[in-house]
Formats: sequence, structure tokens, C-alpha cells
Amino acid sequence: MELRSKPITGKLVDLQKEIEGYALEYGLDFFPQIFEMCDYDTINILAAQGGFPSRYPHWRFGMDYDQMSKGYKYGLQKIYEMVINTNPCYAYLLQVNNWVDQKIVMAHVYGHNDFFKNNLWFSGTNRKMMDVMANHGTKIRRYMEKYGIDRVEAFIDRALSLENLISVNELFETAELKRRRSEINKQAASESEEDYINDDRSEALKSFMRSKKRRSEERTRVTTKEEKKELVLPKKVPPKPERDIMQFLINFAPLEEWQADILGLLREEAYYFLPQRLTKIMNEGWASYWHSTIMTQKALDASEIIDFADKHAGVMAMSRKQMNPYKVGIELMRDIEYRWNTGRFGKEYNDCDDMVEKENWDLKLNQGREKIFSVRRTHNDISFIDEFLTPEFCERQQLFTYKYNPRTGRYEIDQKDFEAIKSKLLIQLTNFGSPVIEVEDGNYRNRGELLLGHRHDGVDLDMNYAADTLQNIYAIWTRPVNIKTRYDDKEVVFHFDGHQMKPIH
Amino acid sequence: MDHPIKRDHARFRKIVKGRVRDNLRKYISHGQQIVPKGGDKFTVPMPQIDTPRFKFGDKSQGGVGQGEGQPGDPVDGQQDPNGEPGEGEAGQDEGSKELEVELTVDELAQILGEQLELPNIQPKGKKSLQSTVDKYSTIGKTGPDSLRHIKRTYKEALKRQIALGHYDPNNPTVIPTKGDYRYRAADTKIEMENSAVVIYMMDVSGSMGDEQKEIVRTESFWINLWLKSQYKDIEIRYIIHDATAKEVDENTFFRTRESGGTLISSAYSLCKQIIEADYNPSEWNIYPFHFSDGDNWSADDTKLCLELLDKFIVPASNMFCYGQVESRYGSGQFYKDLSSKYGAQHDEVILSKIKNKDGILDSIKEFLGKGN
Repeated sequence: MELRSKPITGKLVDLQKEIEGYALEYGLDFFPQIFEMCDYDTINILAAQGGFPSRYPHWRFGMDYDQMSKGYKYGLQKIYEMVINTNPCYAYLLQVNNWVDQKIVMAHVYGHNDFFKNNLWFSGTNRKMMDVMANHGTKIRRYMEKYGIDRVEAFIDRALSLENLISVNELFETAELKRRRSEINKQAASESEEDYINDDRSEALKSFMRSKKRRSEERTRVTTKEEKKELVLPKKVPPKPERDIMQFLINFAPLEEWQADILGLLREEAYYFLPQRLTKIMNEGWASYWHSTIMTQKALDASEIIDFADKHAGVMAMSRKQMNPYKVGIELMRDIEYRWNTGRFGKEYNDCDDMVEKENWDLKLNQGREKIFSVRRTHNDISFIDEFLTPEFCERQQLFTYKYNPRTGRYEIDQKDFEAIKSKLLIQLTNFGSPVIEVEDGNYRNRGELLLGHRHDGVDLDMNYAADTLQNIYAIWTRPVNIKTRYDDKEVVFHFDGHQMKPIH
Repeated sequence: MDHPIKRDHARFRKIVKGRVRDNLRKYISHGQQIVPKGGDKFTVPMPQIDTPRFKFGDKSQGGVGQGEGQPGDPVDGQQDPNGEPGEGEAGQDEGSKELEVELTVDELAQILGEQLELPNIQPKGKKSLQSTVDKYSTIGKTGPDSLRHIKRTYKEALKRQIALGHYDPNNPTVIPTKGDYRYRAADTKIEMENSAVVIYMMDVSGSMGDEQKEIVRTESFWINLWLKSQYKDIEIRYIIHDATAKEVDENTFFRTRESGGTLISSAYSLCKQIIEADYNPSEWNIYPFHFSDGDNWSADDTKLCLELLDKFIVPASNMFCYGQVESRYGSGQFYKDLSSKYGAQHDEVILSKIKNKDGILDSIKEFLGKGN
């Protein structure tokens, strides 16, 4: 495949050296950085493919490309830059950008690169994802040759409908942890099953005794109906509600090998992108903090200030309809830096009742920089907002919550109260903005049906979407699929039998 | 070699063809889907295929925004000029892709043409219609400030200063005075155009209900849109008829309450009169459209209609289009009469049955698909 971007040359190479020097001086710690130059069509392609030059064939990339090209054509949107979480870290510059733009982008990219390398949520991501993505492409193309494009594509369409049914906790599951957990589970299972042979006889003996006991039971038992049911009831699968539904289906759905393989590939890609969805505010805030710092303190020529201010203001534009992660991110980073420089944190400061004293509070700690470096290492958006959002910050940043007013038929500003804003933000960020759905039972009602549970936290599911999603899961599970949720304030289980969805209790 | 994404793109377009048609149908059946935004601008959503996922029902959800305002102020009242900030690692965004673009009527017609694969019309007759076009192609010394040509003005000022010796290269200040001002000025040109007229005839007898009229209205909107994109100047005449016919303006045409019986010939003879009076068939491209539910009063009248068509209207027109809107009361006989005379396939007489709102698009394709 033809790669349509070229390594940067000439003055830009010198510029990179300069910016990299500043980044190092400030203590940023990053993967080797590679900049490539491309034209607009290429950056649209890359953006449509999630930043990667090669993906599996699928219409959705074509759709995104279609929209980006049109968006550009009608002058609605413009991509400045793209950076990918790999080692070495690739970033793409746009040919038509002017010199100041390139400077800003480079400085910004070093911020992202440092974040990718150091933020713990990214620690499990595969840094060789370029190759992995390309391999996925090759594999899926091969399956398409073998089984037909339509068939494979239809399966991918279904699998993509499950893309958000993964578990955040899985990001920290190392192979070792997994092995140990499965051992513990196995042990627990065998213990509960056979608690009467709780002694130190050998495993072989125990196993022998078990089979002996079972046979004698079978012979002697006069089974009543009730008991029969108990007997055939197999071990519950999964033992605990399981959030990684993609993995559950790979393990237990009656898939053909190629289907299981594709589901696995897509799951891997979903997990690769997950940390970026968990750290949008922090990641953009951090990168913006550094482009702004590097530019204003080091890299900016006096003649470029207006251009820089213009571009920077564009990126930081506030929107009444949605929170701009760049703006909130950078301001919160700066706020933390300021608070830790002046010592405005901790019990003593919080307990201070004297407004004047509080206003002029300055312990001259100068721990701000150090603090934000450690924040960027350990936090994700949820803990970032939870720990560092303050009432003063919300007021200064003019944050508010809005909601739909059915009477006027429009969205209206609701509250400017700190607690309301914070809880709204946290709700939106919880589980990367997706409803929490778990597999509760793989043999629901003892009919081999799947039971999903929605952990309702105040917002109902969109039932039209849910019905279509259930249809896709049904196609994979091949038996009826149920979802337990709350709808209109009532506990309800919706049952999808392959044709329609209806409530069963 | 093309990038593989072009294949993904082609695939997407192919899938969407079916889908977009549905979408387009939706716009057509409820005309308000296309929002006129003043002037020639329209807002049309982009084609998109949604992958179903578990998600929150969003109306109740709301969100967090940033900016001036007090509780109760609407948040979507003002447009965010910068939209979504430009940077970002794609692939992680879940956000809405409902990009809306403003389209001019021309672009809308182009989309329609693309979707329906409509051929461009080959106009007949010579270019006979004179139209005057004002183009700002010259420069004048007087004019309104809004048309001031700044570059020319400064050039004049510079010339004057150099000529007078007031220009100092070390301090290059150029100050225009009143006499230096130059303005863009219009030049009137006469262009020759093909001229076209559309004559809409509609049956407003008792059997044509509101739903049927809505279909005619929507269909005529799209037909006008397309023909306007093909002819620079186009005249539109409206005739309504029950047992008698009269010419009306657009508003009346779509609003008239139904009454009485039906004599289709009355409309056709009025159509003939209009053509004879105002539109010389050798110079005009003439498009008569007739919409009815297919009920005519008598077989004799139908005979008269066919005669009028045969002798005059069809030879005079580029094509004659008859659209039969299905109604509960109509017998649909007139369609059969026409098709037994002209056949279902005829280049100059095009017949189409419109079952319901969803049938509008297919019917437009039947009418305009020939390129006459």
C-alpha cells in the first residue's frame, strides 16, 4: 500500500530539534518523535482510519472519510494535526499550514507523546499498533476472500455494535494477574462443589471419590421433579457479572473460528483506543498546556504573536452546548499548578474562614509543576475532575449544566451550582460515556438465553438503539437475548427473540 | 494507485444509495426536513449509517457547557463559530456526526440529479429569450462605499502622490483623497437564454383530498427545483379544474378546496389557449404537468382530451406528463385510457402512478429521467 506522507525536511527538521530541546528542558519524557508531512486528502484518510495508515476494509472508514472531505470542502472543519500512540510516536503535519501552525502543532504533539508514555492508563497499550492494525487488515482481507465480502462485512457490522461493551478494569489486567485469578476461581469452584471432602487427601483420590459418589447417587435417588431441576442446573456462567461482553462472546458464543478471530481483533482495537477515551480532557489539557508554555516562553518569535493568539483562541473556544476538553483541560492544569505553587490546598486552607486571608494565600511552595507532572501520570478524566474541580474554578470558567426543557422544546441553562456541574461531568465520564452493561447469565431461564444487566444510574437506555443492538447480539449468540434494566422508573427485563423486543417482567 | 480508503468510500456510497434514497424520501415526504434558511440556503444532513450501540436516551440527559448566561437561557440559540476544535485523535470520538451543510438551490438540485441519475435536459429551439445580467466588471469614480475598490483607490492615491512628488519611499504613507476613490461598477449585458414554461394542471374535484394535494405540492417543488437548475429563466403557470378550468396563482393552486365533478378536457383546452396566447412552441420549451386521481366524468370527455393532446398539446410540448395520485375514490381510469393510446413507454407522453409520499421520488425519475 502506498503511504502518502513524507518525512519532514529542511527547516522543519531544525524546528523539530529546537522544540524537542525545549520539551526536554521542561522535563517532558517522550518516545522518539517522528513527524511526517501530508496533504489534506491524506490527513482526511488518516483521520478517518483512526490515525493509522492501514486498516481493515470497512465502509465506516469510507463514511468518515466522506464526512471529513465534505466538512473540509464546505469549510466546516479542519484538522490541524494528528498524533498516534505508538513507539516511536508518529505525528502528521499538514502541508498547507503556515510556520506558526507547525510550531504550535509540534509543541502540542510533544505534550501528547509525553502523556502517552507516562500516563498509567496507557501503560498496557500496544506501542507497535501500526503493525498490529496492518496485520488485522491482512487477516480480514483474507477472510473476505475466503468467505465473501458481504458475509464478513455483515459480521464486522455486528461486532462493531458491541465495541463499547468492554471493561475499563481490563486495562490493568496483566497476563500474570489473569493467570492467578483464574487459578483462584478454579480452586474456589472446586472447593464449593466438594466442600465435604475438605481434607488433605490427594487430588486423584478426591476425583475418584467424586465420581463414585455421583454414580451411587444416580442409582439410589428417586428423583422428584424439583430435584431433577437442581441436578441439571449447570454452574452459573459467568460466575460474577462480566463487563467484558466481547470476551464473553468470544469464549461462549457458538462462533466459527474466523468469527471468533475477527471479534478478537476488534476487541483488541477497542481496548487500544479505550485509554484515549478515558483521558480526553487530561490529554488535550496537558498537550495544550505545553504548546502554550513552550510557545509563549521559548519558541515564539515576536512577529508570530498575533497568529499564535488567534490559533490558540480558536482551539480554546468555549461552547455553550458542550464542554471543550482543550479549554477545561488546560485551565484545570493551570489551576492545579497555581494552587500547588501557592499552597492553596489541604486542611488548613480549606478550613480558613477569612476571605481576605484566603484571597491572599501564598505559602510560596512552588510545587505546582511537580504536582501536574504527577497528576498526568496517575489520573484519568474521572479522578481528575473528581479531585481537582473546585467551586472557584467553575465560577471562573463560567461552567453550567443545561438540560432539555420539554415545554419550550429547547436546551436551556439549568444550574451554575458546583455540585450539579461536577456530578453531571462525572456521570458523563463514567464508563467512558457508555451505559454500564454486564453479562449476568449465559443460561438464563435454563434455556441457553443470554441475560444482560444494565446498571441503571439515573438515565434510561435509548430503547430503539437497544433493540437493534440486541438483534446484533442475538445474531452472534443465536439464542434469545434479554436485558434487565429500569425504564420509566420500573424494573423490567426486555426479551429479544430474534424478531422483536418485548418486556417479560 | 488509489488509496484503499477509496474502496471503502465506494462501498459506503453503494450501501448508502439505498439508504440515502430512503433519507431523501424522508425529506420529500415531509418537506420541512429541508429547511430553507433565507436566501438560497438549505440545510440538509449528510448521509450516515448509524451503528446501533447501547446508549443513553439523550433528551433527558443534557450536559455541561461553558459561557455567559443565566439559568433558563437557551444554549443552542447561538452558533458556535469555531465548532468542534480542530485537533484530535480520530477514532476515539463518539460524537454526533450530523454535520449539516448549507446548500444553495443549485447544489440541492445537483444532489437530486445525482441521486436519481437525471440526465441534463437538451433544450429545443433557439436561444430567444433576452435577459439582462448585471455584472460588476468595470470601475467607476462614483459609487457607494460598500463597493469601494480599495486596491484601485490606493493605486490612484499612490500615482497622484508620486506625480506630485509627495511620496517618500522611506515613509511610505499613502493617503487617498476624495478624487482617488474608485468603485466597482456594474455593466449591463444582454444574454440569450433558452426559455421554458411549466404548466401545472391539477384536478381539484371532490376525490382529491389533502393528502393527494400534499403529494402534488411536494412533487412540483422538486420538479421546479430541477427545471430551474436546467433553465435560467422559467415561467410557471397553474391551472385548476373540476368541471371547468381556470388559471390561478400558486397559492390558490395548492389551497383550493375541492368541489364538483371532473371534466379534464376543460383544463386541456385552457392549457392550449395559454400556449397559443403566450408561448410560441418553436421558441419555448413547454412542460405541461397534469395531476389527477384518474376519474373523468365521461368517456366522451376523455375522447376530447385525447384529441386535444394528440392534435395540439403533445406536438407543442417537450413532453407531456401525467401523474396519477392514488386516492380511495378515484377509479384510475384515465391512466388506462392514456396508456392504451400512448403506451406505458412513450418519449413525449410520460405517465406515472404515485401511490403515496414514498412514491414521489420514483415518479420524478419517471418524469425527468428522459432528458427531454
